[in-house]
Amino acid sequence: MTHVVGDTAHAVRRVVVVGAGHAGGTFVGLLRQGGFEGDILLFGAEPYPPYHRPPLSKQFLGEERVQWLRDPQFYADQTVILGLGETVVDIDAAAQTVCTSRGITVAYDVLVLATGARPRTLALPGAAAPGILTLRTLDDAALLSQAVQSGGPLAIVGGGYVGLEVAGVARAAGVPVTVIEREGRVLSRVASPVLSEVLTDHHRAQGTEILTDAEVAGFEGDARGLSGVYLADGSRVAARAAVVGVGAVPCDELAQKAGLARGPLGGVLVDETTRTSVPGVLAIGDVTARRRPRSGAMRFESIPSAVEQAKQAAACVLGKEPPAAEIPWFWSDQLGLKLKITGILEPPYETVVRGDTADGSFALFHHRDGHLVAVEAANANAEFMAAKRILSRRQPVDPTRLGNPDVPLRELAIA
Amino acid sequence: MPVITYVLPDGSEQTVDVPVGQSIMDGSVRNNLPGIVAECGGGCSCATCHVHVDEEYAALFDEPLTEETDLLEFLEGACERSRLSCQLIVTDRCDGIRVVVPDTNG
Repeated sequence: MTHVVGDTAHAVRRVVVVGAGHAGGTFVGLLRQGGFEGDILLFGAEPYPPYHRPPLSKQFLGEERVQWLRDPQFYADQTVILGLGETVVDIDAAAQTVCTSRGITVAYDVLVLATGARPRTLALPGAAAPGILTLRTLDDAALLSQAVQSGGPLAIVGGGYVGLEVAGVARAAGVPVTVIEREGRVLSRVASPVLSEVLTDHHRAQGTEILTDAEVAGFEGDARGLSGVYLADGSRVAARAAVVGVGAVPCDELAQKAGLARGPLGGVLVDETTRTSVPGVLAIGDVTARRRPRSGAMRFESIPSAVEQAKQAAACVLGKEPPAAEIPWFWSDQLGLKLKITGILEPPYETVVRGDTADGSFALFHHRDGHLVAVEAANANAEFMAAKRILSRRQPVDPTRLGNPDVPLRELAIA
Repeated sequence: MPVITYVLPDGSEQTVDVPVGQSIMDGSVRNNLPGIVAECGGGCSCATCHVHVDEEYAALFDEPLTEETDLLEFLEGACERSRLSCQLIVTDRCDGIRVVVPDTNG
């Protein structure tokens, strides 16, 4: 990946961006901010300009679910040409052109893939019945809102962040909710065991049923709608609507066709400048697999990661110094708990609780070998920011002090 | 319509109209000014809309809630004049003020 983008030997006259989500939308703005004066084209499969996806699982019941990333006139003001409801179907990397779904061929100097990810679906008996929903887009959220407002009962397949957020909102709206989680605990791949337990308790206290070690075997329903979800153990969960939240799959088919290198779990492989294996092609956001310092690659599905990559890509095109590396972080809002997580939860680690998990505010400090690994904070912004700073500065910590309320946050790091 | 001057990370200044009821963050984002990233869209969640507000203008805005001060406490480059601009709602009295956008939003 030694191709240099944005150097004086190769003037960049046109940048084509495929995917009008958070990464693509942020990137085009940053490119103009940085002084780029060439053409910018932004193609997106959805008929909408870029919008915030986090509200879709948190505020889907009302119009607040619609939050545009930028005002509608931003793109015209910044001379960014929008091709909405138009996808790119082919890349000719040698000729440096793309072909769109409208049959138009567009030349590029730099191509930025920001095609995102789509919900994984379940190929199970009855999965085609109406009322089985996934949640990724504005249109999905509108359907979900209707389903919840019809009163449910609602089955949530998959106890991930999206599933739990939706469960919280639906339950608060008075709808009977059952979360069906295949693993032994909710959020098994992304949260600590302590946080899984705390959140499960919170959801159950609201009357949400949470089933773990429970695998869906099929759906019961007909053309009129869903009536239930069958589990592998033979039991049945009554449901008039189901939301399937079992992970996301990167939309990397276009990249595959063009021969771009992919990560071990799929996704377009990129380095810390967002360069792919093909000169002139960058990739940002949920579609990517980000190379790790020593080996391998990791997929991040978060706004902060998408924004960081948008900054990296803009710097790459502009020939500027890449931005300083950021510590990963993520947020989730469930049942009045505003969760903020920073770091990467890779075992082994030990956990120290700061505060009381039965409280509305606490922080879980996960550490290994005298350093923080990750911190999960609930309604504890100061703890979250203090942890982010410690991680960023790679400061050692004394685990015996992490949970001690008499030790101020300022003194957790060993200077 | 109130006119707000943003002192940008590179030291230059941009003066823009910001409608009453919008935030100082909105004014920056709408005009694509550098420095404010606004990852969370204004929900007091990400602390990437950090600005410094001079003492003379501080009283034009509501005091910060704990949610905001907790985010500011450990934010790199924060000082006693720091605010998260998504929480600074513009009123008619804000006409002509200046805010400084530090080079800490990433």
